[in-house]
Amino acid sequence: MLRQVEGSRAVAEAVALCRPEVICAYPISPQTHIVENLSQLVKTGELSPCEFVNVESEFAAMSVAIGASATGARAYTATASQGLLYMTEALYNASGLGLPIVMTVANRAIGAPINIWNDHSDSMSQRDSGWIQLYAETNQEALDLHIEAFRLAEELSTPVMVCMDGFILTHAVERLEIPDQEQVDAFLPPFQPRQVLDPGEPISIGAMVGPEAFMEVKYLAHAKQMQALELIPEIAADFRGAFGRDSGGLIRCYRAEDAETIVVALGSVLGTIKDTIDELREQGVKIGVLGISSFRPFPLDAVREALGHAQRVVVLEKALAVGIGGIVAANVRMALAGIQLHGYTVIAGLGGRPITKTSLHRLFTDAAADRLEPLTFLDMDWDVVNRELERMGSSRASGPHAENILRDVGPVAAGPV
Amino acid sequence: MFQIRIHGRGGQGVVTAAELLSLAAFDEGRYAQAFPSFGSERMGAPVVSFCRIDDHEIRVREPVMEPDALIIVDPTLLHQVDVFGGCKPDGFILINTAKGFDELGLGEFVKDFRHERLLTVPAGELAREHTGRAVANAALLGGFAALSGLISLDAVARAIRERFTGAVGEGNVAAAQAAHAWVAEEMRELSGATAG
Repeated sequence: MLRQVEGSRAVAEAVALCRPEVICAYPISPQTHIVENLSQLVKTGELSPCEFVNVESEFAAMSVAIGASATGARAYTATASQGLLYMTEALYNASGLGLPIVMTVANRAIGAPINIWNDHSDSMSQRDSGWIQLYAETNQEALDLHIEAFRLAEELSTPVMVCMDGFILTHAVERLEIPDQEQVDAFLPPFQPRQVLDPGEPISIGAMVGPEAFMEVKYLAHAKQMQALELIPEIAADFRGAFGRDSGGLIRCYRAEDAETIVVALGSVLGTIKDTIDELREQGVKIGVLGISSFRPFPLDAVREALGHAQRVVVLEKALAVGIGGIVAANVRMALAGIQLHGYTVIAGLGGRPITKTSLHRLFTDAAADRLEPLTFLDMDWDVVNRELERMGSSRASGPHAENILRDVGPVAAGPV
Repeated sequence: MFQIRIHGRGGQGVVTAAELLSLAAFDEGRYAQAFPSFGSERMGAPVVSFCRIDDHEIRVREPVMEPDALIIVDPTLLHQVDVFGGCKPDGFILINTAKGFDELGLGEFVKDFRHERLLTVPAGELAREHTGRAVANAALLGGFAALSGLISLDAVARAIRERFTGAVGEGNVAAAQAAHAWVAEEMRELSGATAG
């Protein structure tokens, strides 16, 4: 049914349509509305049978999800930012044990300095945790990806993270098509666990493995992600057949076929990028965009095929690998091994800084003229940075960066928008 | 695409106002995107929300920096926050107050604006009359429907009833209707004054 609804509410309803049997969550902005809505659906009995476990931390949330999944229950949780970091140890356990948990990450920056706004630092920090990572461009895709994620996770017996931009998507109210229960039931079969803890037939899960077999067991997680490279497009095609719209898949191109300049990005910024590209195309600039839906597994071949003919590639990403620069860019570069082209990394939107069409227009125009630095920080206020660098140079006891800079720019969120 | 920015303070229903506006636009078969300014909202702190309305899918995700319409829920913000940032002279401005633009100290600022698009309405008072609380958001949307013609009063009423049931819903619908009538009457007087 077509409805005007908040992204978080739509995701909660989509998760409920997947009939999870255990939901365990600890609230953290901007994920809170999702689990609040789910707890309400459980309490009213609209989602039944399902146990909603109020845990005392994110570490417990993932631990309960692991326990539930190991006993054969379809398990779901959601988190963001420091919450994701707090469950890191358990994340590796979930993937190492091959438990098909589905989790929403409402993407948010990581402190310090503390910041509740959106960027991709949280999920990017867990890119090698063994979880599949799918990134939603729109709220429609966010809710659709959850339905695909349960099927993907359970077919492979591996956990899946659905990443959606915090606030920008989670708190936006939009026109969304919410599927009905029959449609989802037909698409997503009941969970048939590959391994199950059952007191009637006792087994153990989680044995210690020594040097003689550790590499082999670890490799199997990689093998599953390589299988996912085949399965993700199949599931997206099935989804299209069942629901009549494109959601998910490995990558998605827009006006890239004849493009000399191709932008690469993930998540909700793709919408703003597409609008900017339409404007530039009208001015005759041959530019297009490649959206990466599946960041783990990383679709090396598909990315290489989509970008190989371009003259230049601009990777725009909402995370910074301190000490080197881009994270997505490093992966894209690997896909392009041996191909000569101009490559630019643009760090943008950290800590919720708006990525505007005006800035993108300027950025892409500079890129098309090869006027960009290899590593560019979009809309960085260099005066502020340089003043702090000067303070550091002039005094040993220059004090904390965040507080010094706030004295320069004024209190948090004091601007008009 | 038509872009609306709403300014108020935490607790005044600023985020809900944008959501209701998007519901009303959806109800009339249009695409709409409502979202808050994503601050750590708290009671009394300045809050901004946004709504875009279009006839096709809205892809852009930036904040509204050049609004076609401004709705000011709390006039005490006028000289504290840059509420008029990016405002265009042909834009609509609706302010929740019984005072006029001159009295608010805005006469000079709006002298090049289209005056038939600038109005004030005592929406808080109307809300208090009909709901017992001076929460002006729903009433302002009734006034905005009259001022802009962008959405109908019926669609606003349906949006309010979808979000709020019972007496709260009906009280807010009545407040929206009263504000709509107030603004429509002001506009008749203004056009009469212009004609005369």
